[in-house]
Amino acid sequence: MIIELGHFALILALMVALVQSTLPLWGAHRGDARLMALAEPAAMIQLILVATSFGVLTWAFVASDFSLAVVVQNSHTEKPLLYKISGVWGNHEGSLLLWVLILAVYGGAVAVWGGNLPMRLKARVLSVQGMIGVAFLLFMLLTSNPFWRLAAPPLDGQDLNPLLQDPGLAFHPPFLYLGYVGLSMAFSFAVAALIEGKVDAAWGRWVRPWTLAAWIFLTIGIGLGSWWAYYELGWGGFWFWDPVENASFMPWLLAIALLHSAIVVEKRESLKAWTILLAILAFGFSLIGTFIVRSGVITSVHAFANDPDRGVFILLILAFFTGGALILFALRAGAMEAKGIFALVSRESALVANNILLAVSAFVIFIGTIWPLIAELLLGRTLSVGEPFFNAAFSPFVVALAIILPPGAMLAWKRGSIQRNARALIPALVFSVALAALAYAMQTNQTALGPIGVALGAWVFFGALADLWLRTGRDGVGQRLSRLTRLPRADWGKAVAHGGLGITIFAVSAMLAWKIEDIRVVQVGETFPLGAYEVRLDDVRDVEGPNYLSTMGFMTVLRDGAVVATLTPEKRIYPVAAMPTTEAGIDYGFLRDVYIVLGDRQQSGGWAVRSYIEPFANWLWAGCLLMAFGGLVSLTDRRFRVAAGARKAAAPVAGVPAE
Amino acid sequence: MRRFILALALLASPAFAVQPDEILADPALEARAREISRDIRCPVCQGESIDDSSAPISRDLRIIIRERLVAGDSDREVVDYIVARYGEFVLFNPRAEGSNLILWLAGPALFLAAIGIAVAAQRRRVVPDARLTEAEEARLREILKE
Repeated sequence: MIIELGHFALILALMVALVQSTLPLWGAHRGDARLMALAEPAAMIQLILVATSFGVLTWAFVASDFSLAVVVQNSHTEKPLLYKISGVWGNHEGSLLLWVLILAVYGGAVAVWGGNLPMRLKARVLSVQGMIGVAFLLFMLLTSNPFWRLAAPPLDGQDLNPLLQDPGLAFHPPFLYLGYVGLSMAFSFAVAALIEGKVDAAWGRWVRPWTLAAWIFLTIGIGLGSWWAYYELGWGGFWFWDPVENASFMPWLLAIALLHSAIVVEKRESLKAWTILLAILAFGFSLIGTFIVRSGVITSVHAFANDPDRGVFILLILAFFTGGALILFALRAGAMEAKGIFALVSRESALVANNILLAVSAFVIFIGTIWPLIAELLLGRTLSVGEPFFNAAFSPFVVALAIILPPGAMLAWKRGSIQRNARALIPALVFSVALAALAYAMQTNQTALGPIGVALGAWVFFGALADLWLRTGRDGVGQRLSRLTRLPRADWGKAVAHGGLGITIFAVSAMLAWKIEDIRVVQVGETFPLGAYEVRLDDVRDVEGPNYLSTMGFMTVLRDGAVVATLTPEKRIYPVAAMPTTEAGIDYGFLRDVYIVLGDRQQSGGWAVRSYIEPFANWLWAGCLLMAFGGLVSLTDRRFRVAAGARKAAAPVAGVPAE
Repeated sequence: MRRFILALALLASPAFAVQPDEILADPALEARAREISRDIRCPVCQGESIDDSSAPISRDLRIIIRERLVAGDSDREVVDYIVARYGEFVLFNPRAEGSNLILWLAGPALFLAAIGIAVAAQRRRVVPDARLTEAEEARLREILKE
């Protein structure tokens, strides 16, 4: 009965979405205030209905209702509660429901906090959101209904994929979806502006917080996924260049580009058409990501479902929204005349360069991801595109971006001067060259990657500090310090996010350049050297977990005879899913992780052991967190909280949502 | 460091990639083998290199690579040997030849095009020259004199 309630709520949500996507749009066209006013309650009702539906599915998982097909396929009575809940979105149907729920949450957020939006724009934005809702609700109800009952329910379920039974992965999908779906807000604003035929500074200010929020979630989601891959998959890497990872990375890059170009729209009323196009593309790439994950056209380690029907449906959604928006763009973009003009050396030009580099790098990843498909369909070649291609084709853009970032971020709007900023950047340049030289002198292997990564990372990091310092004016140090605390949060957010990028660039290069790997057979009681450390295999025992069996190694990591850590790498078998997993033993450290994986027992006696020293691994996650935190700081900037740009004279109420 | 090579006796079910018994005694050769196997895709897995994969066929391929290297093949010859048997599907690094040139050149081409468009757009909306013309200068001097 409860299940049917959830099912019914979902169907009702579709009906409400149909209303939301048509009547307010018509009202906005006719200037009918009553029809436009429908948008808000419709968005709220849709949120309540979808939330009900989601709650019901969660209940079915927690209560192990095995009359539902999804619960049988993805749950088990003995599974820990956290994974029963995360199992809701650990499958195709449930994750779609989460997708739609988040879409409804964003719609509801516009209804609640969008008080300062002009009525017409708000009605149009909510209508476009409603259309996306219609498409995905239809998709879910027609091809992937989570409320499908079984005629003969089994006694127990088939368990969730053990790799997904992990705290990192429990929260990875919700964050990613908050990001993907958040970009739908930028899309809706863009389409609404195209229908309206007008983009101004206020539009830039409204669209930016949504994009920023989406980007923050995407950053955290991707960071969590990468961290999970690092500690769970047991191969010591953090990025695969797998199609599904790329699917999340492309919208991330485009979201960064959009964030920066929206600033130009807001501050200078320039780059309008390009910003609209970016907003369309960013969401388009989110949809492409959905297509890649769920259609199975591109083989990937994460692919959910290999169902061609679903693939075709998503392709239709993708074609309708991206194609439709692009046609609208072609018809209306001419009306987006730029107002602000700028010189070749100016902040605007630097941001254009930023946009070009980001957009082209996203395109490189896109073509690399779909090239196997194109080659097979059109050229009859079966081939693969993997890490070496992406490293070679993508990295140059990151290098270029890192080089231009510090001077570009400092240039004045409209007409800047390179000489004026050059002096402020000399310390950053000296620091980064010195650190690179130090890294070159200290490294044991002869790679160029390490020192170059150090130089670029330090350049971006110290450049961000120099930028912040320059913002405090030209007075004495004391006055500048006190002014530092009073800088707008947008400035702080910018510095923190850019600094985080510098740290990330450094950590990625360090991990790629200076990782130490050791593979060998170890007897129980034997000690082997690993970099500056010694590792002793004390014992290997069988241990029973809540829903798995484990072969656990007990290892002691020593340095100069002193114990640094004891690690317990495991090999687990989940009997229900009949799947083995490895759990690496990791000693997290400030400068390095010691990472040990236990392999099989050898016929000669002893155990295969793979060990790594991962330099600066934690810096990578810290860099991602800093970027996200910088975004958050920027999101709380005063200009987003105060209803700037509102049309109505009497409307300085709650501003555009600051989350 | 003591590295060793054992007979090619296959273990029951390798739980992870490169096994200790595969490793070559010569560190230089072994490093080359790792370098090659990182860029060879496991033919039966989903997007894993044979260096990361635990599938038996990946182990066979890793061993073949080491055999060819010990026999004195160059890196290119080893890769050609494998491509001849398993097709270009196993190459993670698609060779920049034939239609693959589109893949390799698409990025740089788009980059150049984008730069071109941006510069052209920039030219179209030049900042009006802030300096005064000679006539204006003359007029200004006149005004100042007055």
